[in-house]
Amino acid sequence: MAEIVVNGRPRDLTGVPPHTNVLDFLRAAGLTGAKEGCAEGECGACAVMVARPAADGSEAAEWTAINSCLVPAAALDGQEVVTAEGLGAPGALHPVQQELAARGGSQCGYCTPGFVCSMGAEYYRADRAPAGDGGPRDQYHGANGFDLHAISGNLCRCTGYRPIKDAAFALGFPPADDVIGLRRTAAAPAAMATELRGDEATYVRPASLAEALYLLGEDAGAVVVAGSTDWGVDVNLRGRRGGLVIAVDRLPELRGFSVTDAEVRMGAALTLTEIDRRLAGRLPLVSALIAQFGSRLIRNSATLGGNLGTGSPIGDAPPGLLALEASVVLASAEGSRTLPLADYFTGYRESTRRPDELITEVVVPRPVSGLTAFHKIAKRPFDDISSVAVGYALDLVDGVVRRARIGLGGVAAMPIRALATEAALEGRPWTAETVDAASAVLAAEGTPISDQRASAAYRSAMLGQSIRKLFAEATP
Amino acid sequence: MTTIARPVGTPLSRRPDDPVVGTPLPHESAVLHVTGQALYTDDLVGRTSNVLHAHPVQAPHAHATITGLDVAAAYDVPGVVRVLTDADVPGTNDAGVKHDEPLFPTEVMYHGHAICWVLGESLEAARQGAAAVRATYAELPALLTVEEAIAAASFQGARPTLARGDSAAGMGRAARVFEGVTSFAGQEHFYLETHCSLALVDENGQVFVQSSTQHPTETQEIVAHVLSVPSHAVTVQCLRMGGGFGGKEMQPHGLAAVAALGATLTGRPVRVRLTRAQDMTMTGKRHGFHAAWTAGFDADGLFTALEATLTSDGGWSLDLSEPVLSRAMCHVDNAYWIPDITVHGRIARTHKTSQTAFRGFGGPQGMLVIEDIIGRCAPALGIDPAELRRRNFYAEGQATPYGQPVRHPGRLLAAWEQVAGTSSLAARRAEIDRWNGRERHRKRGIAITPVKFGISFNLTAFNQAGALVHVYKDGSVLVTHGGTEMGQGLHTKMLQVAATALRVPLERVRLAPTRTDKVPNTSATAASASADLNGGAVKDACEQILGRLEPIRDQLRDPSWEELVAAAYRERVQLWAAGFYKTEGLSWDAAAMSGHPFKYFAYGAAVSEVEVDGFTGAYTTRRVDIVHDVGDSLSPLVDLGQIEGGFVQGAGWLTLEDLRWDVSDGPGRGRLTTQAASTYKLPSFSELPEQFHVALLDEAHEDGVVYGSKAVGEPPLMLALSVREALRDACAAFGPAGHSVELASPATPEAVYWALCAARAAGRAS
Ligand SMILES: Cc1cc2nc3c(=O)[nH]c(=O)nc-3n(C[C@H](O)[C@H](O)[C@H](O)COP(=O)(O)OP(=O)(O)OC[C@H]3O[C@@H](n4cnc5c(N)ncnc54)[C@H](O)[C@@H]3O)c2cc1C
Ligand code: FES
Ligand code: FES
Repeated sequence: MAEIVVNGRPRDLTGVPPHTNVLDFLRAAGLTGAKEGCAEGECGACAVMVARPAADGSEAAEWTAINSCLVPAAALDGQEVVTAEGLGAPGALHPVQQELAARGGSQCGYCTPGFVCSMGAEYYRADRAPAGDGGPRDQYHGANGFDLHAISGNLCRCTGYRPIKDAAFALGFPPADDVIGLRRTAAAPAAMATELRGDEATYVRPASLAEALYLLGEDAGAVVVAGSTDWGVDVNLRGRRGGLVIAVDRLPELRGFSVTDAEVRMGAALTLTEIDRRLAGRLPLVSALIAQFGSRLIRNSATLGGNLGTGSPIGDAPPGLLALEASVVLASAEGSRTLPLADYFTGYRESTRRPDELITEVVVPRPVSGLTAFHKIAKRPFDDISSVAVGYALDLVDGVVRRARIGLGGVAAMPIRALATEAALEGRPWTAETVDAASAVLAAEGTPISDQRASAAYRSAMLGQSIRKLFAEATP
Repeated sequence: MTTIARPVGTPLSRRPDDPVVGTPLPHESAVLHVTGQALYTDDLVGRTSNVLHAHPVQAPHAHATITGLDVAAAYDVPGVVRVLTDADVPGTNDAGVKHDEPLFPTEVMYHGHAICWVLGESLEAARQGAAAVRATYAELPALLTVEEAIAAASFQGARPTLARGDSAAGMGRAARVFEGVTSFAGQEHFYLETHCSLALVDENGQVFVQSSTQHPTETQEIVAHVLSVPSHAVTVQCLRMGGGFGGKEMQPHGLAAVAALGATLTGRPVRVRLTRAQDMTMTGKRHGFHAAWTAGFDADGLFTALEATLTSDGGWSLDLSEPVLSRAMCHVDNAYWIPDITVHGRIARTHKTSQTAFRGFGGPQGMLVIEDIIGRCAPALGIDPAELRRRNFYAEGQATPYGQPVRHPGRLLAAWEQVAGTSSLAARRAEIDRWNGRERHRKRGIAITPVKFGISFNLTAFNQAGALVHVYKDGSVLVTHGGTEMGQGLHTKMLQVAATALRVPLERVRLAPTRTDKVPNTSATAASASADLNGGAVKDACEQILGRLEPIRDQLRDPSWEELVAAAYRERVQLWAAGFYKTEGLSWDAAAMSGHPFKYFAYGAAVSEVEVDGFTGAYTTRRVDIVHDVGDSLSPLVDLGQIEGGFVQGAGWLTLEDLRWDVSDGPGRGRLTTQAASTYKLPSFSELPEQFHVALLDEAHEDGVVYGSKAVGEPPLMLALSVREALRDACAAFGPAGHSVELASPATPEAVYWALCAARAAGRAS
């Protein structure tokens, strides 16, 4: 029987329509602590904790906070969820709840259960450790090792955040007999092979890649879903329904990770949080990109495969990966093929991927250029979509640009390489004059448009400024 | 027992020894908030059986006549139970107090206007039913911007003028006269909880509406007139709101009426809960304004005169636009003495959502105009903006342009000097100038701005409140009052007031949800005045009870509260009381725009420092220092939260939050393009100032208010003007000395980038 264990108690999934998200499922079950503030992953009022395999790939379970509004309830078949109600109760407050309540961390209280869960996950993060000198490392890191980025995807309209920050930085560490803390020592629940049928839709979590590819080959209209951070928004806001939904996020074949001298291979269904932890800084551009990608809540679900699969011209991974000259591996029932990412996109949300193909891996060749960077222009530093994104990988030899690879997002119908700018740089000395000239070329790349995020003029200006900023920061 | 009076104060403002007011307490529902147990209106749906869900049909045009409405297809959708149209309205088809807001319109007045509602067994069924409704429209020309409305002379409501002296003569005295236009955007409330109402009908046809409303009485009145029943047939309850900020003062009424109408027609509970996109596209926002101004200064930089025309963007209906405009006009002076002044006000009618109350209620808009004027003129006058502001402060004995004496102007100066001192303003100014001299690609800016904000509803009649206090035989106390709780901590304060007034421990007092059948004829929980008003009423009720207990107390020897109450019951003493309060000394002539509309002014001052990236215009707020006047605080932790939260919300309005409508001539004309959290960005953790120091002004006892306190909900929002002025200062540092920076509002990174480019260009030109 399909069920989700919520706060230690199994809850039946039978009869739940495949498009019903975890938030609605919980609320219908009477657990109204988690709230809907936006239904699109932006506010975190719906955050809950899920027991997941540790992001670093180790055996243990890790309490991972996610946006329950984006994920179908069916996706959590067999999984364990903890909500604000499960963390503590009046009279028996959890330390996170205690600190928030006592410090004025709630005013209207509507955002609070979500904050509690995001903070709870960070409280239980296994590698959270006190800063050496006992003082806060910077404005975003407490002396207790608490990383405020853990709550970057939670919005509060009332408090102005200061008391929430103080509550976070005042937290201690879980005591040895903390039941929720102890849960981490055992492995996380395995993914279940799930099939949930509704009136018009069916949700399937295949047990293997072969089964997934078979299903995909049989039904041209099937929808592949990984972290659901794009798909969930479509379901909630644009009423997308129906058909066959195939979940690929737990397929072992899509979750591999390896680093050799020649390349880095990253499974398409690894979450960005997992990639970041496993890379451990070995691809600085990718780390910089992930740090600016959505919020921790989003990164805990969002995958590289999904970012490429959705084909958005404002996706952040493509400009970075284009600069790194990454390739994608596509698999179908017939076999697999590898092609450069530069050949993958063909137009607005269009690619060379056939309907029966899955992205299984992203491959980045090594060694990587000496000077890499990722510039993201957005209205808000935390959790915002790019107006413009630029990925750089430059090889500088004796002060001369030997090789330049620049990827751009947000300035054309699809992610593109800045080929003219690359040409304007290669073979030239890395000087202010070269950068001035390249800046003018870069500002003219693509065909930016004006929309609610930015004007076309600003987008072009930001392209031109980007390389100046790179130069200024790379030449102290 | 006698109270030991403090040397200061009045019977209303004096505190007894060891009062519960003044103690820093967490929010009374904090434990329920953090455990997810606190209930909001929509949390009741799963606890109610047989609920029907409502979904609107939203028009896809900014302005059109509805030429046909065919709802038959909706009934073919499984689960659709009923479609509500104008034909179903037994009473008045109107959702506003100005009678210009048809609940079911025949003319579409803005993109997203709800033309009918579908009720379904599930939200999914209702949504699909709404999609199946066929409507046809004849499109009409639409006005989207204030400029378009001005050109078309499309105005609504009163067009008041506020004047003192002879502004033309004042300009004549000026050494320098400046002219300009300041226009700036509105703001979406983005309370985390969207609008929600749940209506039930009982066996007698009594309607019970649970609603996320700041104004239960008005919600009740609108529901009653739509249903054509007397007010006593409708009860409205508000458990608590997940934020309101003014957005739930007027806007809930029509939605509650739809729920109530559905419930009366079907006999089943009906839930109306807006999705975020519906909430953003259907409900009103803070007014954007256009201001054309002429300002005169004498040789010392003192204002000689100001002439301004403020045009607010009212959207499609009048709503609260008139009082918002009045308050804007009454705050154009902010903290400054302007001897000769003429301010004209008018409300543009545009084809957008009906703009409404939002924390500050026009005050922020008025102040933005004068601070923008000062910020732009200071460089030309060659006076440091901080000095220019300070020089123009009101002095004792001076009156506002509407004729109200400015009481306690010394407190503003005290706040100003205190914050200048604690923030080391002068030293940091010098340090920033040095730093800016060294850095080419980044510049820092610092600014100090004042706030003087009038407290009370401009309309005198609204300044009244009621409360009901029950003392039970066991000595426990239940308080109900007319105010609603939206996170501002009103209930916490009322508990503290009741415990103080009755001299019982806080634990003995409980607060019941706001209901129109407990306390009738309430005013909106708004204008920051709810603690003043309801606190006065709670205190009155408590004192009535205490007065009745006095003779009993005299008979007993030092009785405990419980003994006293038990004895009083045996003596047949009435142990409950209805309290009432009205603010004394107010007057307002709306036609002449003069009088004494405010009980007092709340003061504050803030210093903000920012750093701007010259490549992108992106910026961070490095440090904010605030000294704010809350009188003698009723509840310091609550007040601190209001100051910090209000400041960050104000900074959001001024820097980040960007309402964009499609103003093109394409098919989407009039559509709100930032109708989701993904495109309309609120302040998040990245906007929290790196350092944030807030202090309450000392020796600020306010003797006209309950326990010496002052209102705090709105005034701190305007302290955020210091961020905008700091950004201006940083942009100026990219240009030559004396360059006057024009900064768009909101000052998004893009806007800041263009401003700093203009400054650089001025540098190259000179
Ligand atoms: C609040 C919020 C913030 C966001 N911020 C950012 C941001 O800063 N930068 C950014 O780039 N994006 C952002 N996104 C978009 C989104 O998170 C990313 O595109 C993410 O990478 C999608 O991954 P997913 O696994 O969740 O995709 P899903 O939603 O599961 O799928 C997205 C699409 O990709 C396809 N797909 C998924 N996996 C595969 C596969 N293995 N093979 C083939 N097709 C596949 C699916 O069919 C679907 O069409 C944000 C989204 C939200 C809700
Ligand atoms: S409801 Fe806003 S993130 Fe889920
Ligand atoms: S407390 Fe109201 S949104 Fe956070």
